[in-house]
Amino acid sequence: MSNPIESAENAIELKEVEGLSQGQIVRRRFFRHRGAIMGLFMLVSIILLAATSIGWGPIPGWWPLGPADRGTVVNLRGAPTLQIWGGFTLGQHPFGQDELGRDIFARTMKGVQTSLIVMSVVGMVAGFMGIITGSLSGYFRGTVDTLLMRFTDLVITVPVIVIGAVLGKLLGAANPIPLAIALGLVSWTGLARLVRGDFLSLREREFIDAARVAGASHARIIFKHMLPNAIGVIIVNVTLLMSAAILLETALAYLGFGITLPNISLGQMINEYQGAFNTRPWLFWFPGMFIISIALSVNFIGDGLRDAFDPRQRRIPSVRKMRRAEMRAQRAAANTAS
Amino acid sequence: MLRFIARRLVVGLGILLISSFIMYMLTDFSMDYLQDLEQSTNPNKAFLIEERIRLLDLNTPAYIRYFKWLGNFVTGDLGTAWTTGTAVTKLLGTAIISTLQLVTAATVLAILLGVAVGIVSALRQYSSFDYIITFLSFLLYSLPSFWVAVLLKEFGAIGFNNFLRDPAMLYSTIGVVAALFGTMWMLAIGGTTQKRATNFALGFGATAAVLVYVQLSDWWSTPNIGPVLLGVASLGIAVGVTVLSTGLKNRRSLFTALSVAALGVILYVPMQWVFYWLNDVMSWWIVIGLGLLSAVVGGAIGALWRGPDWRQSVRTGALTAVPVAAMIFIDRVMQDWGTYNRLPQINHRPIGTIGDRTPNIRGDFWVHTVDNYTHLILPTISLLLISFAAYTRYSRGSMLEVMNQDYIRTARAKGLTERTVVMRHGFRNSLIPLATIVPIDLITLVGGALITERIFSRPGMGQLFIKSLNNNEIEPVMAYLMIIAFLAIVANIIADIIYALLDPRIRITA
Repeated sequence: MSNPIESAENAIELKEVEGLSQGQIVRRRFFRHRGAIMGLFMLVSIILLAATSIGWGPIPGWWPLGPADRGTVVNLRGAPTLQIWGGFTLGQHPFGQDELGRDIFARTMKGVQTSLIVMSVVGMVAGFMGIITGSLSGYFRGTVDTLLMRFTDLVITVPVIVIGAVLGKLLGAANPIPLAIALGLVSWTGLARLVRGDFLSLREREFIDAARVAGASHARIIFKHMLPNAIGVIIVNVTLLMSAAILLETALAYLGFGITLPNISLGQMINEYQGAFNTRPWLFWFPGMFIISIALSVNFIGDGLRDAFDPRQRRIPSVRKMRRAEMRAQRAAANTAS
Repeated sequence: MLRFIARRLVVGLGILLISSFIMYMLTDFSMDYLQDLEQSTNPNKAFLIEERIRLLDLNTPAYIRYFKWLGNFVTGDLGTAWTTGTAVTKLLGTAIISTLQLVTAATVLAILLGVAVGIVSALRQYSSFDYIITFLSFLLYSLPSFWVAVLLKEFGAIGFNNFLRDPAMLYSTIGVVAALFGTMWMLAIGGTTQKRATNFALGFGATAAVLVYVQLSDWWSTPNIGPVLLGVASLGIAVGVTVLSTGLKNRRSLFTALSVAALGVILYVPMQWVFYWLNDVMSWWIVIGLGLLSAVVGGAIGALWRGPDWRQSVRTGALTAVPVAAMIFIDRVMQDWGTYNRLPQINHRPIGTIGDRTPNIRGDFWVHTVDNYTHLILPTISLLLISFAAYTRYSRGSMLEVMNQDYIRTARAKGLTERTVVMRHGFRNSLIPLATIVPIDLITLVGGALITERIFSRPGMGQLFIKSLNNNEIEPVMAYLMIIAFLAIVANIIADIIYALLDPRIRITA
């Protein structure tokens, strides 16, 4: 043994990968990433809270008030009834009320639902477009590649926020889903380029040649052999795309081009109430907090996934762990010597 | 290379053409030119509608109007915004200047700070500093820009203006701030327990001393740098630049930096006369010219020290001269702070939240510069926070990638100092991927500061676009979109070229 520290590091690393499938390694690494787990926990809690409290679609929830119900204003100007210090109480309107007596908790939850819908739809549409364009262009090269990449360039020339504004004005008013599809249709370009790059190098590998010689069809090679090898890049980028989509939707709503009344989105709530910052700050704080929480947790999950999928990523073990591994190695050496 | 550029440009023009057609049709489809008239109760409504249709040529199908527009556009006629009758070129001219002011300051600062912090964070991977920076950058990255901007308006403008009325900090506040800075320095530099303690003490002491000085000398009402502070800061800059650029062991380089700093301090008083003398003709061009001149003088001093590696001294001299000159300029701007504050329109509430200048103020170049800065500061911060986060992530990622390469191990193995390994072998290579991101990022910012411009009502490009889209004016919208699309194509080509120039492993195939 040349260097005890290096051998200790190796021992830890070997233990990490011994007898495990790629999926298991990735899962293990992901669950060991503290930030990612916290993000996952936060995101799941927000989804559960938003889905169960005011109900989803026709299914009723446990919260008594709906986002459009008007009630009598309880506190001064409808201040939040939530109390944390001096005895935790939710009260009737934990996040307060607006000037019409509408419950801000219910409205925020509705906005969170919209954001989540937009996030998932953009993720799916952009993921689909990016994977198809990138893999076809990377796999076939030549004319197909040139055409598809010039098409990508065409989409890039149009700033996402601009086409969002135009399309949002066209069809975004009533429903978040068409707007999300439109956003997805313009935000796949980065993913397509990355997938293409991956495919260009993957197609030169031996196992692809082997598959081709064995008579596999193009579709089988692309979907069965190459795509699973590029899945890390894809998942990570789709996650980041999704967190960007939330911010983009809220920004569009803020500019007045996204989701408009009677539908509720978090950005539109902030836009509606930004003038009331001095009189009713809670109208501004709570929707903002939820935007940040969702985007932050998705970003952390993406970071965890990136670390988990990256084979070169090596976590440096803590000093205590190193020392323990070192001692174990020494004891083993002593045992074999005696 | 030339063939590559030519081919990309031709293809780019083709893309631009198709993109313009799609954009025209989409914009036209989303616009409702008769919106205001259809809701009006004017008795001769039908006549007005007819007139509008004739004015905007609405009976012609949209694709034919597109070709008419394209014909005009190619010959340089960008059209007019029909609601006001202003020429689009004129609208664009003012808008571009306002946007550029905002974007340049924010981007330059974001790149400098972001890259520095990202690289330190990468060098201390998995330390507390790294974790704090990672969390902070994710947090900043997840902030909606309009939300930050509203908060900035509330606390940055109103709060800070109130603070300036009676600028006194509590000593406990000073203590907390100094402790925070001390902790950051301690974590960033790292090392043994003893070294950490020293760094914390130094950081704490320096911050506390600055804050107490600011407090006692009534700095907020008469901000200045002055010859003494200039001397101290120039010395710091000289040593810092030398450490980063060549290392203190290179004596010629160190002496260059020190003589540049000394020259700056000596020139402080004469420069006041120069500024006085130039007062009537002062403009931004002269400021830029003086900045360039300072870099040349710095370089010349480096060359005068001669020696075998005089090129490094030239670099060090130029890099030292620019910040020293910038400080003399900032000092001159600060001297008019009082004059600016006493103006009736300002009335001791200097930080502005609306527009890019105060209307109708009287004063010379310096007063206008102060006015410009007070309006720039909040939008710049709100843009800065988000791009800072992005650059920190990028540079941390690329620095980690580089520091794990074999050639870094080789460099260490042959006994180079850590400074040389990090600055020459690590840092330089980590900038390659960044160089491809910066041009694209800049372009996105030129067109994309939409939200920041709207919140602070700065009359920039984004504002122009949104206003025209809401007013159903297709010409300004198209002009904006064409500029953005063109810049995006050019930025992509530039990024590819830079990449090939910096990294010889990449070959451009024409």
